[in-house]
Order: sequence, then structure tokens, then C-alpha cells
Amino acid sequence: MARFQLFSEDSETPVVDAIRGRVLLTLALGVAVMLLLDLLAGLAGIEIAEFGGRTLGGEIELSTVGKRIWTGTIVGLIFGLAGIGLSMTYSILNFANFSHGDLFTTGAFTGWGVALLVAGWGVGDAGYLLLARSGTGPSSTDIGASIIASPLAILIGVVVAAVATTGVALLADRFVYRPMRDRGGIPLLIASIGVALALRSTVQFVYGPQTRGVTGTEGIERTDFLGTGLSVDLHQVTLLVVALGLMIAMHLLLQRTKLGKAMRAMADNKDLALVTGIPTERIVRATWILGASLAGIAGFLYVLERGTMNYNVGWFLLLFIFAGVILGGIGSIYGAIAGGLVIGFVHEVSLIWISSDFNAAAAFLIMILVLLYRPEGIFGGVTTA
Amino acid sequence: MTASEATQPGLRDRFIGWIEQSDRRIVLATVAFVYGVFAILVILEQGLGLGTVNSIFGAWRTITFLFAAYALLTLALNLHWGYTGMFNIGVAGFMAVGVYTMGLLSTSPDALSGQGLGLPLPIGILGGMIAAALVGLVAAIPALRVSADYLAIVTLGLSEIIRLSAGSRTLSNWTTNTFGAGTGGGSGMDLPDRPTDFIFNSSIGESIADVFTVDVPRIDMLLFEFGNREVTLISSSILSDFVWTFVMLLVLAGVYWMVRRIGYSPFGRVLKAIREDELVAQSLGKDTRRFKIKVFMLGCALMGLAGILWQGSQGFANPNSYRPVVTFYAFIALIIGGSGSNTGSVVGSILFVGLLFEGPRQVGAIISARLNLADAPGTFDGAVAPLAQLDVTPFLAYAVDNIAPLQFVLLGVVLIIIIQKRPDGVLGDRTETAAAIDLHKEETNE
Repeated sequence: MARFQLFSEDSETPVVDAIRGRVLLTLALGVAVMLLLDLLAGLAGIEIAEFGGRTLGGEIELSTVGKRIWTGTIVGLIFGLAGIGLSMTYSILNFANFSHGDLFTTGAFTGWGVALLVAGWGVGDAGYLLLARSGTGPSSTDIGASIIASPLAILIGVVVAAVATTGVALLADRFVYRPMRDRGGIPLLIASIGVALALRSTVQFVYGPQTRGVTGTEGIERTDFLGTGLSVDLHQVTLLVVALGLMIAMHLLLQRTKLGKAMRAMADNKDLALVTGIPTERIVRATWILGASLAGIAGFLYVLERGTMNYNVGWFLLLFIFAGVILGGIGSIYGAIAGGLVIGFVHEVSLIWISSDFNAAAAFLIMILVLLYRPEGIFGGVTTA
Repeated sequence: MTASEATQPGLRDRFIGWIEQSDRRIVLATVAFVYGVFAILVILEQGLGLGTVNSIFGAWRTITFLFAAYALLTLALNLHWGYTGMFNIGVAGFMAVGVYTMGLLSTSPDALSGQGLGLPLPIGILGGMIAAALVGLVAAIPALRVSADYLAIVTLGLSEIIRLSAGSRTLSNWTTNTFGAGTGGGSGMDLPDRPTDFIFNSSIGESIADVFTVDVPRIDMLLFEFGNREVTLISSSILSDFVWTFVMLLVLAGVYWMVRRIGYSPFGRVLKAIREDELVAQSLGKDTRRFKIKVFMLGCALMGLAGILWQGSQGFANPNSYRPVVTFYAFIALIIGGSGSNTGSVVGSILFVGLLFEGPRQVGAIISARLNLADAPGTFDGAVAPLAQLDVTPFLAYAVDNIAPLQFVLLGVVLIIIIQKRPDGVLGDRTETAAAIDLHKEETNE
């Protein structure tokens, strides 16, 4: 970008740029105000005639809005949790890892295989359970892998998801990325596409292609949660608690430990880090361990909340995770968390205004606009993890 | 090949040297090689018989069709990535724009699914290419300011937005009511017939088909007894597909000629200069942004054309045919051949289609036809458990039964190996330099 300002864009003074930025900001604000007005009018049940046959307001229930915000938060936490690893690999290894979504899938399948084995011990055949209900056997309700019926199974599942995903990521690093460490972002990106294809198809080969339900849902829906009168899904609460816990742990790790300091140093300036005596290869390994286990756990939790999974689950979410990471400023884990939450919000809350055909497109559109007009992210240039 | 080095070349070396002398020979040799492999594979699967000719031609038809489609895509992609260094991974989206615009313009208004304006096909094709180029323009103007990996994400996001829009029932209903044309949403869109189909619906077609029908008594004398009936050597459906494939090959030849001309023109030299060092190109007074936008639009139009000739020739468009994985296939084909070289793009497409895309399925079919495998186990544990008793048959049967995911594993592994060990592709470093004269010492092939 800097090159262009030197030569071809020298006719555009900073003033013009500033005005252009102001116009875009005004436009964005205008749209936001319109949407908000629409929402408020809708909540009040007023319908105002507008130009072109469109109307402002209409019928929107407050509970619908509340529910959308809640699911937006849940989905956003998943995007944020998975985005931490993506952001870290970007800042420390300098490439956009397209296989991150399939690490997510790996975590979901390995974790749920073991969780079902624990929860359904004796109910069904071990192979059937370990392969996350591939083939014929007892239904997910009979196995009853839920946070109430078998919290231990869920806990073991989370751990296995983290460990297995880390193993896969370290293997990929050893055989794919390490031999080409200095080859620049694009060759690594292409290699990661290869890893993504291979990994996803391996999951499909081993676990089978069908979409399967894995969680038990009995007693999960609590109508009067802790006496607050709110209706709450306990699996969503589990997700919230685990995700927040892990995010806080990541924050403490990066800010309080020597490893975290080394990682931040490496993200800032690799050569300087090397000169200072930071063992860069070890930091890279730590990056993969942290990033992959968070991705794996995110995959496991996402399926805990959704109830079903197939081998495409992570690949379909990859672009949303990218969107969150980019929105928050690629390279920053706080940005990744915040950006993930915003994208989750957009994905769910935008359903109030647009049809469900387009909520994903809205999230991608926001990502593209941010990339084009504010590539350092909406929270402004924090590039250090 | 200098004289001192090859004092006494063997026949094989001399043959390879002869082939390497011209690009046309390399392409033809690769095609002949893949055709030969497939003839052998089909014979291995089915054994020899009169029907084999039909099967071999069917297999050749499929690989030629896919080869032409991928070669068009890789040539367009090579303009972006190989020549100018723009990492566009939204190929599927630009294809979709081409196909759907063609459909919206040319599908008849009373089609079963989706609705078009019913305009003549040439208008539809031209409109599809123009629309793809315009979407390319919209993407290019701002996107060229960002770095290569950001451009990748922008184009991928754009292609997903296009796919989601094409699959949107709401949008389709709205455009149908407003403009009288819609994509049909998730249920897909009917497309016009291939213009070559009318040949086979006429008397000319029947007489062509007759040529490939042989009276068995005549063969009896030459070969072996088959009973007294007529045998179709090549079915007319394969023949009519072949005619369409031939049209695609003609277009491919035209596009190849065009991008080659572009590559060696002053315009092409600026593109290569941008790839090598954009700052230098700017210092020499070239408005690099304008060049990049132009070539981006041109490449997108070609992607739209490729989409129309490929997906658009199948009578039906479905949003799911434009998933990002199609883009990755095109990239694998380009990288195998060697990005930066047009001949490399074409050779890479043949190798990709023959050895990676269609080959594994054919091998799977041979295994299941030749080895008398028992019923495949339904799940992976059923396949793995007998391995403990050294019984590989269930695993083999399971693998053959699930050849599709294994093929993707192979694709991924090949992509990784090539980018690691041979980033220049099978033809080696044939990247054309920006200089108008040859700066290399050694003899070049171009």
C-alpha cells in the first residue's frame, strides 16, 4: 500500500482521503441508524410506510431479538475461540492457514468419538461409538451424551479434542510447513489448502460421510434457569463458561508468562526475536499446540451446542472465522475474539432484517469491506498477539 | 541439449529430447500418454469385447471434456497468478456469474426451474462473459490495494457471496417478479441446450452415427463370432458429447493463442514486470493499477466463458457446482503444470484430469471388477478390525467403496508435495521473464 502512495496516488492528498473516509463512515452510520430505527419501530409494533413499497418497522417480538442476540453471542464465542489460533499462526508463522477449519472438524470428530464411547459404555458397540455413530447402533438419545447425564464424558471429550487436534497440527507442521518455513505466505497458504483437503477427506474416510446427531438433549432445556425466569440451554451455558475460561487463560498466558512474552516478541519481529535468543522453533511448536487445541475444543463445543456434525463442519465455518479475525485485526488475539463476536452477532442478528439466504453473505460482505477499507481491523492496528 | 553433453544418447533420451523441442509436441505427447493409460485401464476393467470400444471412447470423451474445461480455467488463472502475481481464489464465483448470466439471458421464459429472458444464445454467452468481467472490475478496483493473501480471502469471500446469492430463493423470486428472470434459487436453473445438439437430432447426425455402427457378420470374418446383430461401436450420445468437446477444444486453442500473444506483447511484458517487481514497473512510468485491473477483468471474462462451456453445457445450473473446491482444483492443475507458463497450464490440466481426477476412480473400478471382493463393510471399524488377522480384503473393499474421499486425500498430498519439492511444476521453470530479449544463457524452448 505504501508503494502506491509514493507513486500512482500522489494526486490524492490526505484531505481527499479523509473526506472519502468520512463519507464511508457517514454511510455506515446512516445504515446503522436506519436498521436501528427499523428495529425500534418493529418492537413498538408501528409500521411506517417508506419509499418504494418498503416499510419501516412491522412486527418484531422483543423475545426474538433477545434470542438472536444470545445465539449471536454463542456463535461469536465459537468464532472467537477458533479465531485465536488462526490469528496466532498468521502473526507468528506469517501465513493464512486454510486448514484451520479442518482442525476444528478434527477436534469435533475425535472428541465426540471418545465422549460417546465414555457416555455410551455398554450401550453400544465400541467401534460404533468411537467412530461417532457411523453405521447402525443405538440412537444419540439412548447414548445420552449430555452435560447432565454424563459430564465426565463431555470433559474427556474436550481434552481428547484438544490433544488429538494438537497431534494432527504438529504432524502437519513437521511434514508440511517446517520444510518450507522461509518460502513466504502464498506457498504456505497453498500447502495449507492441500492439508485442508487431505485432512477433511481423511475424516470423511474414517468417520463416514453422513451427518449424525451426537448429543443427548434430555433435561438440557431449563425453562426457569436459577430462578431468573429465563429459558436457557445448558449446553450453551457450558459453551459460554468453557470458552470464556479458555479466553481468560489465553490472556494470562500471553501477558504473564515467559512463553507468552516470547510469542508476542516473535509476532512483532521474528529476526529480532531470533537475535535475542528466543528459541523460535519451540515458540512455533507452542503456537501450534495452543492454536490447534483451541480450534479442536471450539469444534467440540460447537457440536455440543448444535447437536449434529458432518465432515464439512469446520470448512464451512472457516470463512466466518477468517471474517472475525480480519475484522478484529489479523494477528491480535483480542481482535480475533472481538471480531468473532461481531461476526457471530451479524450472522444471527441480521436475520431480523434480511432473509436467512443472506445472513452468511452479510458476514462475508462485512469482512470484505473491512479488508478493503480498514485492513488493520476495526480496533485499529494492534498487531501483537 | 548441447552436442557435447549428448554424445551417444539412447533412443529414449532422443525421443524425449525430440518431444521437448516444441510445446505442441509436449502437449500432444501428454494427451497421447493419458489416452493410452485410459485405454489400458478400461480394458483392464472390462476385458476385450465389442463394447470396449464404446467404453474407451466414453472415457476419452470424459477426460477430453474435463481437460478442455480445466485448461480454459488454468489459462485464465495463469493470467492472474502466473503472469501478474494476483492470487485470485474466487474462480468458482466468476464461473458462476458467467453461467447464471448466460442462463438469465438465454433460458426460455417457461423453463421448469429458473426463468430466463429467452434471448439468443450468443447474446447470453457474450453477456455472461461481460458480467464476469464487470464483477471482476468491481472486485479489482479496491482489492488490488491489498496484499496477496488478503486478495485471496477477498476473492474467496466474494465467490461465496455469489454462490449464496445464486442459491437464494428470495432473490430469485424478487428478480423474477421485477425483471422476469430468476436463478431458481437452491433448486437450480434450466439452461439452454448445447448448440451442437441439433446436429444429432437431424438426419446428418443419424448418418454420422451409422458410420460407427458395424454389421456383425462383417466383423465375424475378422474377429470372432458374436451372433447376427448390429453393434454400435460408439453410441450416439458419446458422439454428440464429443462434438461439443471438439467445440471446447477449438475455443481452447483460440484462448491459448490469445493469451500467448498477450504474454509476448508489450502489455504482457508489463504484467510480468508487475509480478517481478511492481515498484520498478511503476518507476518506469507504468500505471500498474490500470494494467492489473485490465488483466483481472480479462481473466474473469475467460473464467466466465470456461464456466459457460463447461457447467453451462450440462443443461442445468446448480449453486453447489460452484463451491470453492472447484477453484482449488484449477489451482492444483495450474501448479502441477507450472504457473507462469501457458503450455504448463495446458499440460497440468491434462495430467490433473487424467491422473488425479479420473484415474483413481478408474483404478477403483478395476479393483472392484477384477478382485472378487466381498461386500464392503459399511463402516471404518468393520474395515480395520480384520486387519488384525492380516485380512486386507475388507479394508480394500471399504477403500474402493469410498474412493472419493481417498481421491481428495491424494489431491491434497500431491498439492503439498508439488509446492514443497517442485514449485515450478512438472515442466520445470518455464516462467517467462519480463524482458523482451532472452537474458538466460542456456537454450530455451520457446
